[in-house]
Amino acid sequence: MSETVKFTIDGKECTAVKGQLLIDAAADNGIYIPLLCHMRDLVPAGSCRICTCKVNGRYMSACTTPVEPGMNIESNTAELNDIRKAIVEMLFVEGNHFCPSCEKSGNCDLQALGYKYQMMVPRFPYAFERRELEASTPKIFLEKNRCIFCKRCVRLIKDEQGRSIFAFKGRGKTLEINIDKKLAANMSDDLTMKAMNACPVGAILKKEVGFINSIGTRKYDKEPIGSDIEKIHQ
Amino acid sequence: MSKAIVATASLAGCFGCHMSILDIDDRILKLIELVEFNKSPIDDIKTFTKQCDVGIIEGGCCNSENVEVLKQFRKNCKILISLGECAIMGGLPAMRNGIPVKECLEEAYLGGPTVGLNSEKIIPNDDELPMILDKVYPLHEIVKIDYYLPGCPPRADLIWNAVVALLTGDTMNLPYELVKFD
Ligand code: SF4
Ligand code: SF4
Repeated sequence: MSETVKFTIDGKECTAVKGQLLIDAAADNGIYIPLLCHMRDLVPAGSCRICTCKVNGRYMSACTTPVEPGMNIESNTAELNDIRKAIVEMLFVEGNHFCPSCEKSGNCDLQALGYKYQMMVPRFPYAFERRELEASTPKIFLEKNRCIFCKRCVRLIKDEQGRSIFAFKGRGKTLEINIDKKLAANMSDDLTMKAMNACPVGAILKKEVGFINSIGTRKYDKEPIGSDIEKIHQ
Repeated sequence: MSKAIVATASLAGCFGCHMSILDIDDRILKLIELVEFNKSPIDDIKTFTKQCDVGIIEGGCCNSENVEVLKQFRKNCKILISLGECAIMGGLPAMRNGIPVKECLEEAYLGGPTVGLNSEKIIPNDDELPMILDKVYPLHEIVKIDYYLPGCPPRADLIWNAVVALLTGDTMNLPYELVKFD
């Protein structure tokens, strides 16, 4: 039988299976730690750093840290929340996020974190880099202006033979998300939806969907991101 | 208590934010008890006639005239508020920011599908026209801005809560539903 461990998050006693990733363990205990790149059951990428917590006094990303007995974790503190807000702001100025014209608006995790932290204006200057919209595959708009490099699509979306349909190209400033046009041509509707839903922002959009939910009925219109996790365990 | 003096302007915006100001419905009657408008499209006063307490600006800066008006506002208002996405981050007009101006103008006046009537192939260049900037600038990259109210447009309740809090000195009531970027 797997070993159960006890630890605390912001003083709250939690239990989990030994070795479970902190971010998932927290969710199972009703505590939302913000995330953008993490997806349960995918190999952790640890790329966005928004889940940064203090574990026994040291900064660690919750999506790459397995829980250990007696860990003392800080998450919802003014300092950590400001670091997280700064990351959200960096992502907003680094890409080109024109929310009013984005189909993902209202259902977007990055935007929802902007709401959660009440980002009125980013503290950093806007980069306004030129990025392309890749619209030549039959089912998907790949809006590179909005990609936050979470690598979810790369890790999750494969064809029947296990080949990745999405991949990164370049490094640093020239890094961009790309789509294999040949493989994309054979994507089923289900796989296309899966890709769109996995993308935390509006970078992967299924064509001919558009603004499907009206304002007021979208995921984050009325409730902050993470409410579902926090509610279940109240 | 003497009324606070408010000025407003729409720079590179669509007037949607001003529409949202009007969306406070019957509270507009309360508003005119609280404030007096100076330079603003609301009363059509074109130039500042006195120092103002609050300047509310929608739209970013896309041309030289926008910059001039914005600087006038900074000079004439104690507090400046960026109202809406365009003022805060350039908004939809800033979608051109990654593209060189020359390319944009050529697309708009020479190459685009709707330029048939421009038979002389002129890109407007009259001296009377304000000079277009290399990109659309958020207001705070040009002058100091004191407060930001996001939204496209900002919700009427957000504008109302902010203006009332500012004028009465009370803490602003900022419920989750009011801070939105669309
Ligand atoms: S991806 Fe999200 S943050 Fe970016 S423009 Fe779309 S809604 Fe806004
Ligand atoms: S396209 Fe979407 S899912 Fe893929 S890396 Fe970019 S943000 Fe992540």
